[in-house]
Amino acid sequence: MSTVHDSATMVRRNVKHTLRDPVVLFNAVLFPIVMMFMFVYVLGDGFDVGGGDYIDYAAPGMVMLALCYGMGATATAVNSDMTKGIINRFRVMNISRGAVLTGHVVSTVARTVLGMAAIVGVAFLMGFSPAASFGQWLAAAGLLVLTVLAVTWLTIAFGLAAKSPESAGFFAVPLIMLPFFSSAIIPADRMGPGIRQFAEYQPFTPIIEAVRGLFAGTPDTGATVAALAWCVGIGVLGYVWALRKFARRV
Amino acid sequence: MTDMAIVASGLRKAFGDRTVLAGVDLEVRAGSVFSLLGPNGAGKTTTVNILSTLLRPDGGTARVAGRDIASETRAVRAAIGVTGQFASVDDLLTGEENLRLMADLQHLGKGGRRVVADLLERFDLTDSAGTLASTYSGGMRRKLDLAMTLVGRPRIVFLDEPTTGLDPRSRRIMWDIVRGLVADGTTIFLTTQYLEEADQLADRVAVLDQGKLVAQGSPGELKRQVPGSHVRLRFADSAAFDSARRVLTDATPEPDNLTLRVPGDGGATSLRRLLDRLDEYAIDVDELSVHTPDLDDVFLALTGHHSAEVTVP
Ligand SMILES: Nc1ncnc2c1ncn2[C@@H]1O[C@H](COP(=O)(O)OP(=O)(O)OP(=O)(O)O)[C@@H](O)[C@H]1O
Ligand SMILES: [Mg+2]
Repeated sequence: MSTVHDSATMVRRNVKHTLRDPVVLFNAVLFPIVMMFMFVYVLGDGFDVGGGDYIDYAAPGMVMLALCYGMGATATAVNSDMTKGIINRFRVMNISRGAVLTGHVVSTVARTVLGMAAIVGVAFLMGFSPAASFGQWLAAAGLLVLTVLAVTWLTIAFGLAAKSPESAGFFAVPLIMLPFFSSAIIPADRMGPGIRQFAEYQPFTPIIEAVRGLFAGTPDTGATVAALAWCVGIGVLGYVWALRKFARRV
Repeated sequence: MTDMAIVASGLRKAFGDRTVLAGVDLEVRAGSVFSLLGPNGAGKTTTVNILSTLLRPDGGTARVAGRDIASETRAVRAAIGVTGQFASVDDLLTGEENLRLMADLQHLGKGGRRVVADLLERFDLTDSAGTLASTYSGGMRRKLDLAMTLVGRPRIVFLDEPTTGLDPRSRRIMWDIVRGLVADGTTIFLTTQYLEEADQLADRVAVLDQGKLVAQGSPGELKRQVPGSHVRLRFADSAAFDSARRVLTDATPEPDNLTLRVPGDGGATSLRRLLDRLDEYAIDVDELSVHTPDLDDVFLALTGHHSAEVTVP
């Protein structure tokens, strides 16, 4: 009862923070759209993605980009809560443990899903024409939300582990780079040696391939299984790590 | 039933090999103001953190509101409010939203609105209730911080250096707020670096030095142990110094820096009389300063060393 109440209060707090920080909203929603415009209209014709419209190839990767771009703000916000004194106020108030983290998880997932939905919406305006059935849409959405949840927990763990809000925000840098070294923009097998192997074995490639397959109406079972395994792995690691760091902080 | 709001015995705490508290015993009567006085690094915040359940002591026990801080943490937390040394307000929320957040977390329900409005009024924050806390001045942040602490109507309030960095006017406002709380029966545990603040507010004062309480008592009792105010006279050469020494027989000489300490309150009349006397004997004073007792004097009197020696850079 009080856990739900306290968590809801914290979610409201974090949503207000998000709405008040134009930079966060820009990074999470607008910037990925700008990137998509750039890749599809400016660079898209230069990429050989093996037939079909580039927007159909790029949309799943852009969704993943949207997922990554907002995470830095979450890491910073979590760390600020821990290092700027407000957590001590919460601690001496008998608030149900973990409500602070729940607030961050729920608001981050909501903000990210919004950003991803916006990307998909704009992609449609740009000619994105998926062949997915309703069931495949649901599966793709489910996999994406699972990915958001997993990456969010990892981000929160980073935010808790970092020494300062600035170093917490730095976590976003590798995360933003990761989609570029995956099959998000061009297929992994068109990449140079070294980078290709990296792209093939990093988690975003199977996740993107799984979503791409579902959108195209031709599910890739291998990629989907790998994607699920990665999500569960990242999510469990992030969750356990976050809880351990949190226990040490409070 | 005891009428002690806080009872601590043998509190010890070390960070690494640096001992911060080396056995602190103290008692705070319910409804009174207790002030812990000490210079930077004395362990004031550490004491507050232990008593407010934010930090576990290495040794010793304490009961706050009759409950054990280690085994009855929740009950202790339900009875206390803490305003830390550094304002912990949410910068991205408005003043009013900060208070609403506290009201929601205290599960005040519909009554929360009333409590928030009252506090805004009482702390003279109504006009800025709708602006972000990040735009508040230092004094306003401190007030908001304290108001947030009071949302849950705590019986015992910890205030860690509530007026450090405030201008004299804001300091006075803070003092009035504290007096108002005491009038309502709240117990206040206050830390400060200012003797005057303890003097103004506290029923009992304890002086923390190198991890131990070196003195406890009413402000009056403490001040009696401190040398009163005096006038310091510095002379340009030892000839002037020596003649002044012969004229002002009640002065304490400090030959090393050619200075005389003359007891006195530094009021205009006594100052004029002092200077007239020196004039009579044609003794030139190089520098004159009036000295009123401060924390350093308390330390010197109580511990035999200056407070600065305690501070670790
Ligand atoms: N978490 C910590 N880790 C290591 N050392 C600490 C920690 N907290 C406090 N200390 C050390 O303990 C000593 C006492 O600190 P404390 O904050 O209690 O002093 P204080 O009396 O509140 O000082 P101030 O007037 O500066 O606020 C200091 O030397 C400080 O460096
Ligand atoms: Mg302190």
